[in-house]
Amino acid sequence: MALLDVRDLTTHFSTDDGVVRAVDGVSFSVEKGKTLAIVGESGSGKSVTCLTIMGLNTGRVQTTGEAMFDGTDLITLPKRELREYRGKRISMIFQDPMTSLNPVHTIGRQLREAVMLHEGATKAQANSRALEMLRAVRIPRADARLDDFPHQFSGGMRQRVMIAMALINNPDLLIADEPTTALDVTTQAQILKLMKRLQGEHEMAIIMITHDLGVVAELANDVIVMYGGRVVEQAKVDDLFAKPEMPYTWGLLGSLPRLNATGGRLEQIPGQPPSLLNPPSGCPFHPRCEFVMNVCRQELPELAGSTVGADHRFRCHLDDESRAQIWERKRAAMVSEDAA
Amino acid sequence: MTELLRVDNLEKHFPVTRGLVFQKQVGSVKAVDGVNFSLNSGETLGVVGESGCGKSTMARCVARLLEPTGGSIMFDGRDITHLDRADMRPVRRDMMMVFQDPYASLNPRKRVGSIVGEPLEVHGVGSDDERKRRVQELLEIVGLNPEHYNRFPHEFSGGQRQRIGIARALAINPKLIICDEPVSALDVSVQAQILNLLKDLQQDFGLTYIFIAHDLNVVRHISDRVLVMYLGRAVEVGSRDDLYREPKHPYSGALLSAVPIADPEQGRNRKQIVLEGDVPSPLNPPNACHFHPRCPRFVDGKCNVDTPLLSPVGSGHGHEAACHFPLERWPMSDEEIRRRGSTPVGAAD
Repeated sequence: MALLDVRDLTTHFSTDDGVVRAVDGVSFSVEKGKTLAIVGESGSGKSVTCLTIMGLNTGRVQTTGEAMFDGTDLITLPKRELREYRGKRISMIFQDPMTSLNPVHTIGRQLREAVMLHEGATKAQANSRALEMLRAVRIPRADARLDDFPHQFSGGMRQRVMIAMALINNPDLLIADEPTTALDVTTQAQILKLMKRLQGEHEMAIIMITHDLGVVAELANDVIVMYGGRVVEQAKVDDLFAKPEMPYTWGLLGSLPRLNATGGRLEQIPGQPPSLLNPPSGCPFHPRCEFVMNVCRQELPELAGSTVGADHRFRCHLDDESRAQIWERKRAAMVSEDAA
Repeated sequence: MTELLRVDNLEKHFPVTRGLVFQKQVGSVKAVDGVNFSLNSGETLGVVGESGCGKSTMARCVARLLEPTGGSIMFDGRDITHLDRADMRPVRRDMMMVFQDPYASLNPRKRVGSIVGEPLEVHGVGSDDERKRRVQELLEIVGLNPEHYNRFPHEFSGGQRQRIGIARALAINPKLIICDEPVSALDVSVQAQILNLLKDLQQDFGLTYIFIAHDLNVVRHISDRVLVMYLGRAVEVGSRDDLYREPKHPYSGALLSAVPIADPEQGRNRKQIVLEGDVPSPLNPPNACHFHPRCPRFVDGKCNVDTPLLSPVGSGHGHEAACHFPLERWPMSDEEIRRRGSTPVGAAD
């Protein structure tokens, strides 16, 4: 059984300008010890999906659907009970390590907080646990640094402190929202390696939100691609990169400058991501899609299975044959560029 | 090809002072500490390195937004290292910048027309009517609707704002455009649009770029030559193909191997070098080779004593690296990279 099973999740925000459909009927599940990557551009609803699961949305928000975590629906759970889950069984790492630590408290105090709150540990016990975690994330001279403030750490170290904080109660599920986007490649490599190691030790499930397809390829087992608040493609990581099935995913892969490809023009997706206030009719991607047909403007394609495998599902009105042909052509273009 | 820019031994040291009234200098941050490169007309030089390595400071010195504390900058056959404001003004017509944050680099209270037209106004080009026509032409060149002339920046998305920034940089036909992380704040699909635009403009107008980015894939895509910086120094410079196919400095190698590959199979099979620790403080950089505390090839008594200078490596063609023990081949794994008899030291804190 999946650790987290999200069914038909919908989050709408009422604003003065109208209803923002940030998440619209999203379903996915995460297994123990596995990593699910949620890919998409800004405004695709990937972060809101996770904030909804954690019950962290504020404002005039309407949520429907369910998020079954180990048999309990997190969406309908009263706030007080949800608090028992947050920071203990489910943790979250936010994107910006500069702003998500409290600047006026020491690292040690912020690390101890979660242990003392959830485990009812004494300060001394919490302290030794904090120290252990700082060592686990390879902070040099950890014992001396417990009493330091966030500004005394570099960006990469702060992100490692955030990871230590998220993992201090050995959560079953870690939600990481762009954990490495603000970091240099070298630091990113350190953090990804660290997350993999800790996942291996604790059989933790990870939901990784990112727009970096390189990070996805490196870390994920399963991938969902989101666009305009909906899941548009869902697959095992190897399948997604080997045979993406819909035009937005083709565009994402094509617009990527690759280390082994040089020169040439990048394939660009024309236009801008859609407004969630006024989403396009039919398929959310149709205004930017080069293969748009009449039906795309009117009907939202079902998230349906492919011929390859039941695990691979996507939204597209194109028939199997044309999709196969188009992808073959696009892949050939990418490969020939690789060889050049 | 003609040489447009030559930077020799460029230095920018910021003084660190103590005391409120009687300030005395207690040290200096060597943000840029001896960088050399030259750039031909019509070429793109990519500059890469971790944050805090001095890429942006170097660019600001070249654009003379900062005054270098040492070295020289020859631009278009003229020494501009210490020109004063007035003498610098005509030079600025040939040298423009595009900044990283498309939200912060456009004045929110000005209309697009006057933002893009400002360089024309400052340099007294044309009459009001001519300027307006030029601005509309520019908006069209960068792929915006000329009718958006009267709109404010907040009415545009990030990618469109970056286009406005580029239109402004193009306004008075500069020779050199310095792009400081122009696409880091954008989504991948929009990033591809901007990169394609920059390439098209280079072809159409014979522009020369200095392109700063921390994304090595982007730099490879757009550059002819690449400069790798570490703690204020150039550690490797070479043509894009030489440098990406056969990096010689262990730091360049580590940077390249740290880039995630958007292909699960290749990613699993590659040999990765993960550097431990962070970039040391430029206030108190390590002795000799700045990279030695993190370097897998560190040799005690050599790397921490003797500062390596940029010297030719590999097949030549202007490929230079500052390392006593350059990499023999590529790719190499962590273990292969460690030399016999040397013990790698842990992360410096």
